[in-house]
Amino acid sequence: MQEMNLQVELLEQNSVQYFKVVGEIDAFTAPVLRERLAAVENVDGLKAELDLSEVDYMDSTGLGVFVGFYKAVSANGGHVKITGLNKRLNRLFEITGLNEIIDIEQKESEDHNATL
Amino acid sequence: MQHYDYIEIKIPAKAQYVGVARLMISGIASRLGFTYDDIEDLKIASSEAITNAVQHAYGEDEDGEVVVGCALYEERLEIMIADHGASFDFEETKKHIGPYSDASDARFLREGGLGLYLMETLMDEVKFHHEEGVTVFMTKYLGRERGEEDVKRTANS
Repeated sequence: MQEMNLQVELLEQNSVQYFKVVGEIDAFTAPVLRERLAAVENVDGLKAELDLSEVDYMDSTGLGVFVGFYKAVSANGGHVKITGLNKRLNRLFEITGLNEIIDIEQKESEDHNATL
Repeated sequence: MQHYDYIEIKIPAKAQYVGVARLMISGIASRLGFTYDDIEDLKIASSEAITNAVQHAYGEDEDGEVVVGCALYEERLEIMIADHGASFDFEETKKHIGPYSDASDARFLREGGLGLYLMETLMDEVKFHHEEGVTVFMTKYLGRERGEEDVKRTANS
């Protein structure tokens, strides 16, 4: 059994499916994330929020999972919002141009220039 | 020849070891004095190359290995990632590295090219070499400013 540094919690099941993702998203953990999201992606008109504020590493395997999820949810008339992005994650979405396609939101504390 | 220290790790071509190699890269980059952002860039770029080797170099039932070699110079870090090979002769392999061409690197593009794109964006230099396997050769220089980051929303403050 291999210890996996990723947790995906579904915290709310009302009108919005709120997923909290914690840990590292890479080639090893991405399949778990994909599986969790695939369980809801075909719900008609799904409203999903993915909170990545506690993701401390992500590469293209994670971006690939989110793109796939976004496509499936959009095709079923739903909406995906990705929230809690730190500067690093936000930059990944920006340099790949995915910020133009997927609804993303930065961490509040990083939303403005902290000069303290 | 310029002096460098060399560190190499060989991992089984399995997804659970990509993170192990990433920790090594992170440790080396921090030893060399790269900034926090540069260390993150190095972690992502090398993970992309290692992931690619892990996912595509070997068949389902084939046991393979991926070699990650790092040459630590005073002003730069060179990383070489090779599948289908025993430990390589760093200098010899480097001689055969050339710029990649889109046609010959279909393996990367098939994945949507996102991994390759990130490698090229986050590193200062990326080269590929195809022979028995694929070798990726990447360089990042210390203290190179990336223009885009340093503009830093000063307008807001």
